[in-house]
Amino acid sequence: MILDDSHHRRRGIAARLHLDGPLLFLLLLLAGVGLLVLYSADAARISSQLTRLAVAFTVMVLLAQIPPENLQRWTPWLFAAGVAMLIAVLAVGVVGKGAQRWLGFGSFRFQPSELLKLAMPMMVAWFLRDTPLPPNVRRIAGALVIIAVPTLLIAKQPDLGTSLLVASSGAFVVLFSGIPWRWLVLAGMLALPSAGVLWKFFMHDYQRQRVLTFINPESDPLGSGYHIIQSKIAIGSGGLYGKGWLNGTQSHLEFLPERHTDFIFAVFGEEFGLTGVALLLALYFLIVLRGLYIATQAQDTFPRLLAGGLVMTFFVYIFVNIGMVSGILPVVGLPLPLVSFGGTSMVTLMASFGILMSIHTHRKLLKS
Amino acid sequence: MALRLTLKDAVQETYLFRSRAIVAGVFTALALLVLVARLYYLQVVHHTHFTTLSHNNRVAVQPIAPTRGLIYDRNGVILAENLPTYSLELVPERVDDMEQTLAAVRELIDVSESDLARFQDDLRHARRFEEIPLRFRLTDEEVARLAVNRHRLPGVEIKSRLTRNYPLGPLTAHVVGYVGRINVEELRNLEDPTNYSATNRIGKVGVEWSHETSLHGKVGFEQVETNARGRVLRVLERTAPQPGKNVQLNIDLRLQQAAEAAFAGERGALVAVEPRTGAVLALVSVPSYDTNLFVDGIDVATYRELSQSREQPLFNRALRGQYPPGSTAKPFVGLAGLELGDITPDTKLFCPGHYQLKGDERRYRDWKKEGHGWVDLNRSIVESCDVFYYDLALTLGIDRLSDFMQRFGFGHRTGIDIGGESSGLMPSRAWKRQARREAWFPGETLITGIGQGFTLTTPLQLAANTGALAVRGQRMQPQVVRAVSDPTDEQWHSVVPKPLPPVGVVHPEHWDSVIEAMRQVVHSPRGTARRIGYDAQFTIAGKTGTAQVFGIAQDAEYVEEDVAKLLRDHALFIGFAPVEEPRIAVAVIVENGGSGGAVASPVARRVMDEYLLRKEPAP
Repeated sequence: MILDDSHHRRRGIAARLHLDGPLLFLLLLLAGVGLLVLYSADAARISSQLTRLAVAFTVMVLLAQIPPENLQRWTPWLFAAGVAMLIAVLAVGVVGKGAQRWLGFGSFRFQPSELLKLAMPMMVAWFLRDTPLPPNVRRIAGALVIIAVPTLLIAKQPDLGTSLLVASSGAFVVLFSGIPWRWLVLAGMLALPSAGVLWKFFMHDYQRQRVLTFINPESDPLGSGYHIIQSKIAIGSGGLYGKGWLNGTQSHLEFLPERHTDFIFAVFGEEFGLTGVALLLALYFLIVLRGLYIATQAQDTFPRLLAGGLVMTFFVYIFVNIGMVSGILPVVGLPLPLVSFGGTSMVTLMASFGILMSIHTHRKLLKS
Repeated sequence: MALRLTLKDAVQETYLFRSRAIVAGVFTALALLVLVARLYYLQVVHHTHFTTLSHNNRVAVQPIAPTRGLIYDRNGVILAENLPTYSLELVPERVDDMEQTLAAVRELIDVSESDLARFQDDLRHARRFEEIPLRFRLTDEEVARLAVNRHRLPGVEIKSRLTRNYPLGPLTAHVVGYVGRINVEELRNLEDPTNYSATNRIGKVGVEWSHETSLHGKVGFEQVETNARGRVLRVLERTAPQPGKNVQLNIDLRLQQAAEAAFAGERGALVAVEPRTGAVLALVSVPSYDTNLFVDGIDVATYRELSQSREQPLFNRALRGQYPPGSTAKPFVGLAGLELGDITPDTKLFCPGHYQLKGDERRYRDWKKEGHGWVDLNRSIVESCDVFYYDLALTLGIDRLSDFMQRFGFGHRTGIDIGGESSGLMPSRAWKRQARREAWFPGETLITGIGQGFTLTTPLQLAANTGALAVRGQRMQPQVVRAVSDPTDEQWHSVVPKPLPPVGVVHPEHWDSVIEAMRQVVHSPRGTARRIGYDAQFTIAGKTGTAQVFGIAQDAEYVEEDVAKLLRDHALFIGFAPVEEPRIAVAVIVENGGSGGAVASPVARRVMDEYLLRKEPAP
């Protein structure tokens, strides 16, 4: 067993803090771009966003210090606590915007579904950690039960966006564990009838309304279709090179609703055009690639599956948000990572990047 | 096979995972390509379409400011209204040559340097398609001149908006208050910022401040289609704003006018209340100022002039002025003596013109140098004998005295509904220990007995306490606002009078003793306020007072003529009328006025006359 000497000597500040240099650089770059866009969308929120960013990056650094073995040990407890809190939310939670999502402790409000965004991939990875991969049918069935319980609890709050996100974070872990593709095809065929069941029994009127307006937004231009129409006008009028920073008339004339949160991508698209959009997507792609690389370098099943699940969850955020703002997906209310104004989901995301960095920097460095 | 199920094959699993990671990477790339394709479709293929939409079919939501509620006096006279005024605004995007346009505008109308400076400043910060105001309150002539020349001034617009106006200005300034531009801090403290999205003025003081929520109303919204230049083409949907509620005050404008006239240029304050309800009939602080100056933002020079004036017109003496009550405290102290059992109406004391504490050189003087001779409670109030109260205060002790006075409301805010009042001060041993870290001296008890020393009260407090005395102990919270209208049913909803804890007196005849003495202050030949009594058409109970502004050395004489006007005593008077059925209680202070009987009581009498002798009854 020989320690990697060359690596040891070149340890910079980032390495000593258990941070991954390239990933950190990409995230900081993204946060910078985010601030630039937010300044244009709503300059008054810049200082508040800076505070949130500081908190989120601190959480990332803190989580990077925890070795994956510890995380693995805590996983069942974390997951159990998360599910218990979800049940508590349904029982005694605070109602906000027509949905029960928060647990109140005095003046402090906590959204347990955020915890599940991390605890879900951790739990599925934990469940599959000692099993020979690809897992057998019984293991996979078990994993599906693990995924189903919190997903249904969150869907019941009701918070469709988060429940889909939590479900997919678990599903990606199962996919990374190597289940045969033909099973996936089978699942796809089962999905259609179950979507019908979801529509009929689990969706609330406002969610159904969202899907309906998604199919034909122009049918209700002053109601729920207004968001999509306005964001498409904003993005479309941006053209190839955009109207220039701070010059987006759609966003600045306040045509664009939610322009500092979920719909901030429309501001970006209007002001920076297709060129800017392509560069932003490239930046996101680089982050995903770096994350996948980190996952492949992990030496154990748990960190490997966990890393893969977290990276793909991050990607789901990007895809769903941009897809919804540009009108190819229904409006489900997910923020654009590190660009949208908002605290909770950003902290959760940065926590997952902290875990990724921890996975990468706590490897037992063996010369193979 | 069984072995494969139980043992992990590390190499094979790594290989499997890597292949899945590659699939994930490819999948991500493809998904991103889908997004790029979609954006290409929107931004390149349909760019012209969306540009046209964005230019020609802008759908905007515009907030509409609610009309602020009006303020009336109790007889329906308008005290605060909204007048349409015109302002001149420029939209930079539509102005071809800013310099030239400004020059052209300045040829047509007056634009001051400060207006121009503010405009240039706004110009740097505003966006190109936003209107920037250049001039407020255009005259009709200016509007006409601009309208005629409008064709050669593209981007110049005349905007009409409602501006708050106070037709009576200074007369009601200290009650009604004023609105001004919302500042950053107020904006931050707003409970519902959306409700103010179209509002740019907010109540700063007085009723405008205290009843802001009622007066403001609820914002409305309009969904409009605008063209590329921001001009509204048509309204798609409209939620009308809900106008603010009108507010009617208990204030009687005629009493305000009578009081202001009676002060005749002196500085001072008057508060009149209806004893049974606590309704504030008049609240005057002179000199005053024109509240209209503050509505559009006051210019620095005028503000400095107002704020640095020795006359202090901005200072609300009625609510915030704190003065020693002087001899007006005597009826209350006398009542304390009766009620706490230290004296009876028949207790007599010889007044030699001064009072001395045992073992103390210092002589505490009576205002009457030769003394009043044998004095009982009645005479002590009628002639305002100081020695009687030196002795009574000493017998009572500061803590019992202070406690009784505080039950009346001395040293506490009255809780008036327009806020902004001072609490005054009723000293006690504990207070002095805490505030001054000093022990209480017996001499201080003596002068507290005649309303001097540390004791401070506001004109409002004096009026409220006199009202409570008039109706034998039932204290009421002073209320400026009489009713608030509901814009939906146009009905006035009266404000319910709010009783405060009464001053409990075990022997009701004690009230009679004190009130009878106060009646004689006005209606007996020896009373200190007899000059307002002999020709009065109703009975008045009152008490005069003088509050020392500076101390006189031992054995020195206070000769009014020798003392500079600003160092002269404050003149005070409290009173209520008619004695049998009190309808009005008044407190007056004339700053540096000298004697209360001579200067302050006529002011009170004039207000009482106006209220009680007026032909038509109040609605």
